[in-house]
Amino acid sequence: MSMTRVGWLRIAVLVIAIGLLEVCCRVGLIDHRVVIPPSEMADALVRLLISGQANEQIVRTFGIVVAAALISVVLGFALGATIHALPRVRHALDPFFATYYAVPIFIFYPVLIVMFGLSIMPIVLMGVATAIVAMIIATLNGLDRVPRVLTKVARVHHMGTIVTALRLKLPAAAPHLFTGVKLAVSYAFIGVIASEFILAPVGLGRVISDAYSDFNNRKMYALMLLLVIVATVVNMLLHVLDQRWAERRGLGKP
Amino acid sequence: MTATKRGLDSAVVFVVLLLAWQALHQIVGATALPAPLPTLAYFARFVPSERFAENAWATLVCFFYALILSYAIGLAIGLWLGIHRLSGAVGEPILISLYTLPKVTLYPVVLLIFGLSLSGRVTFGAMHGVLPVALLTMGAIRNIPPVYLKSARTLRISKWQTIVSVLFPATLPEVVAGLRIGFSLTLLGVLLAEMFAAKHGLGFLIINAMQLLQGEEMITVAVVLFVFAALANAFLLWIEHRLHRGV
Repeated sequence: MSMTRVGWLRIAVLVIAIGLLEVCCRVGLIDHRVVIPPSEMADALVRLLISGQANEQIVRTFGIVVAAALISVVLGFALGATIHALPRVRHALDPFFATYYAVPIFIFYPVLIVMFGLSIMPIVLMGVATAIVAMIIATLNGLDRVPRVLTKVARVHHMGTIVTALRLKLPAAAPHLFTGVKLAVSYAFIGVIASEFILAPVGLGRVISDAYSDFNNRKMYALMLLLVIVATVVNMLLHVLDQRWAERRGLGKP
Repeated sequence: MTATKRGLDSAVVFVVLLLAWQALHQIVGATALPAPLPTLAYFARFVPSERFAENAWATLVCFFYALILSYAIGLAIGLWLGIHRLSGAVGEPILISLYTLPKVTLYPVVLLIFGLSLSGRVTFGAMHGVLPVALLTMGAIRNIPPVYLKSARTLRISKWQTIVSVLFPATLPEVVAGLRIGFSLTLLGVLLAEMFAAKHGLGFLIINAMQLLQGEEMITVAVVLFVFAALANAFLLWIEHRLHRGV
């Protein structure tokens, strides 16, 4: 029961924060040219979506995010499984993985632009670059935790490498893999949006940065709100799925 | 596996990376991607130059302020949410969703508030660093074995003393992990801010070099930042390992 109380409190905190912002904007404590009231952001977003003005950009950007996440998950899993099978390669790559997220890989985005031009390519690559290593690391962690006994069972039953991988290792490593998927999705999101924002011919990030340059606060805040909502909803869904899974595993234990 | 063998393997990875760079250069051409050797020559000329020093200093100053803000605010929030259980339970999911948000989209808001100034870039850098510091500090305090706090209560030491002599040493390794992640993300935030809108700094230098199609300069700056971040991370990681062994 205390969980629901905490949940209500959290909603109350958020409502109060948004309400406070609304009041400050309405009263004039916060300049309209800096931040517009949250209700106006929502209004602007609804109107923008109905008008269909930005729909093409919205679909494009989220399409790129999905593509980058998918590539990262599939390719990251394949690479992770390959590296896991080659211990020496893995040891050599370990320091590389350990530093990967500590260095701002985003500084290579301009290099990609010069290489591939101002097109969709550098954005997809940046999305994949930010997401794929999380998936590789999660795959390695997951495969590390596959119980030895399973591999022995596979050998006793004369199962092939691929059958073992799909029917024994994949389910055993699944929780870790899911963590990888979760991270890959949210990192792909960040990588794609950031790239579009810094420099891109089209896309949601570009539209926001253009709206900023044009002092079009309604459009800017509407699209920011959209991004915040989508990111929060997607992350919450992944979190709920993750917890469900953890619960089911908890129940399934002997 | 022996240390030398492992070092050799890592060296092989490095050589493979260099070869891949050279191969990519052959495919896409010198304007798109300069070869490793000319880039190295440019590196040797550019890094000691005045222009590089000026911009590196601009980034460093901005990063320094942002880091102090990240650490101070992050530790304060983490301490509060860690000690006060109810606030922690209410606040944690909010912090986590803020953490996963692409904060770049919020940069225009920072710009509208602060203008194209140092304080804007510092704020944006700190926005990136605060959350991991707060989350890991909170986690560290929650993971303290209850017996530590019980002993503190039995010994009737004051709340402040409990923080200094019990909470602080017990949470240090995990807090340092938070500071390490905060370091990397603050640097990322500062660089993103410089890339989007600035007239100084290494982030600006990269975007400027891109517009002028100066591949060597772009990669030189990227490599400098890369090495700086990697070394700092290795150093903080080393401290972290030592602390873990000490506990």
